[in-house]
Amino acid sequence: MMKKRSVLLGVFSLMTLALLSAGGAKENTIKIGFNIPLTGDSPKVGEGAKYAAELILKDVNAAGGLDVKGTKYKLEFVYVDNEFKAESAIQAAYRLIDQDKVLAVVGPCGSGRAIPAGQVNNESRVPMVSPWATNPAVTLNRPYVFRACILDPVQAPAAVSFAKSQFSAVTKTAILYNLEDDYCKTLAELFRDSWEKTNGAGSVVAFESFGQKDQDFSTQLTRIVNSGAELLYLPNYYNHIALIVPQAKDLGWGDKPVLGSDAWGSADLVTLSKGSVAGYYFTTHYAAAGAVGNTKAFIDQYKAAYGYTPDDVAALSYDSTRIILQAIQTAGLTGDLTKDREAIRAAIAGMKDFDGITGKMTFDANGDPAKPAVVVRINEAGEFEYVTSL
Amino acid sequence: MWTTILQNIFNALQWGSFYSMIALGYCLVYGVLRLINFAHGDIFMAACYFAFFIATALLLKIVGGGWLVFALTLVFTMLVTALLGITIERVAYRPLRRKGVNRLYVVITALMVGFILENGNLAILGASALRFPDILDKQIWQIGPLTITNLKVLVIIAAFVVFGILQFIVHKTTLGMAMQAISYDKFAIPLMGIPVNRVITFTFALGSSLAAVAGILFGMSYPVLDPYMGMIIGWKAFIAAVVGGIGNIKGAFIGGFILGFIEIFIAAFFPSSFKDLVSFIILLIILVLKPTGFFGVARSTKI
Repeated sequence: MMKKRSVLLGVFSLMTLALLSAGGAKENTIKIGFNIPLTGDSPKVGEGAKYAAELILKDVNAAGGLDVKGTKYKLEFVYVDNEFKAESAIQAAYRLIDQDKVLAVVGPCGSGRAIPAGQVNNESRVPMVSPWATNPAVTLNRPYVFRACILDPVQAPAAVSFAKSQFSAVTKTAILYNLEDDYCKTLAELFRDSWEKTNGAGSVVAFESFGQKDQDFSTQLTRIVNSGAELLYLPNYYNHIALIVPQAKDLGWGDKPVLGSDAWGSADLVTLSKGSVAGYYFTTHYAAAGAVGNTKAFIDQYKAAYGYTPDDVAALSYDSTRIILQAIQTAGLTGDLTKDREAIRAAIAGMKDFDGITGKMTFDANGDPAKPAVVVRINEAGEFEYVTSL
Repeated sequence: MWTTILQNIFNALQWGSFYSMIALGYCLVYGVLRLINFAHGDIFMAACYFAFFIATALLLKIVGGGWLVFALTLVFTMLVTALLGITIERVAYRPLRRKGVNRLYVVITALMVGFILENGNLAILGASALRFPDILDKQIWQIGPLTITNLKVLVIIAAFVVFGILQFIVHKTTLGMAMQAISYDKFAIPLMGIPVNRVITFTFALGSSLAAVAGILFGMSYPVLDPYMGMIIGWKAFIAAVVGGIGNIKGAFIGGFILGFIEIFIAAFFPSSFKDLVSFIILLIILVLKPTGFFGVARSTKI
């Protein structure tokens, strides 16, 4: 009995210690939080974000820290796993704000998580930059929330006009999307509306959905194959694409074109789907093959450190983190968390032509950058080739 | 219209085959122990991963794959998964049974074993999904308006073969008779000199190797593996077993196909988002009309 009690006491004192050390911020450090999916359905997304941030962390700390108006500050990045779930993203946001007391937050990566977590960040008045969330609702009426990527209302019409120019004979399209993800659902609807505007009413011949945990899509695909569709639009995450595309081919989709969205742009897409996606196009934020300047320097550095080409999540996370760091440098630090967060927010909102590796960024009143959508082709070697910007 | 229906019959047969094979595992363990082994879906997941590693290792030796690799992967995976099943029974269920605790605690233990398998996998292998290797060359056959792959046919045949073998084991072999006897009366049977624990071990080995067959074929059909893949399909297979009449092999087999057909055909004729809602309402109605399932027999004690 004694023994049990002393063990319990030990555990309690350890926990208190851990809490105290987490609560008391050290002198001259800047804490940035990352609300990213390290496990769950799309772990590669979180991995890319984390790896890109680690590159910045290493560079800045090796140079003695970040220079903010003459004082050097060491960087400290806190990575919290949101498991690719909306509930966990909210939990992670509260943890970063209340427990870790970060200055600003990078992430969550996708809209399904960024919309609910953005609400928390905005209410707590903590600046947040989402690298990869393309849904309009992420930043709408939320002065503390920004993003580093293009929006779905840009991406969907871009996909439609690209399809029009690339496959000029195609008029009938089918759409298959994940009903449980805000990103997929909104994009599917935007694409449908935009397609019908260009090709006339009734030109979307199949509009089918599935659930997050589904593995068999044969019914929906049977309907799509028999609908007379000449093009298939799949605004879904790469893990689903790896299952949908081979099943579509098995059911007789044949060589007809398939078009994707920026959630395809993961380093894992080609590994998981093997050769089945070769020759397909998708709209996205940047293309690694043929990059120049700073973008190429980042790609080379990332490749050397982790052994694979960074995807757009990694590139956008890199930009998001640097946006926050530059804002800190502009705003300066007083040591008062509330004041500093406010100043950082103002600095991001006032940023002009931030020179990111995914393009120049100036934020509009909503906190969205005006950037073009890039169309990428997956070539036979599994690389993402630049095709055009729209 | 007819093309869609015919094509969907094949889709449903394939999808139902997976439910059936997993439901049979539930049914075996339930039949002998009156235990709903909620870890079964995760044993199926573990089998997918075992098959992944075994097939990858074999493909390094035998380039190009083919039936030899398939047969070897099948045998090894069944063995390893059977071992896993036996281990779980020894470590988690047998001590509880020895103490004679209420069956409720064993069911909760089973749920925990499932979580341990999922999170253990996550901890050991990390979160990234794995791509199942291509063991067999995929062939697409065009029969009139229908498109069928060799894999689909293989899955359907495998389900029927597994069912046939299981029927034979349970009804024609001594071990099978012993299993039935334990299911009938657990307390009188040891008095007849039947080694209860050995029969139970055999049941777990058999149930797990059924999950292994399903696991390999599932990996080949839906080649993206993640640690939580067994959860939903496990629950649904359990529901299928209950609809068929849990404890009855024929019931579990047919229950799997019933669920497969309902799911596929609901998705074919309603908006696909209605799939699970309508399927489970139908299953609920079936259970209200026939609470013991299609082939079940009413028993006085149930969990």
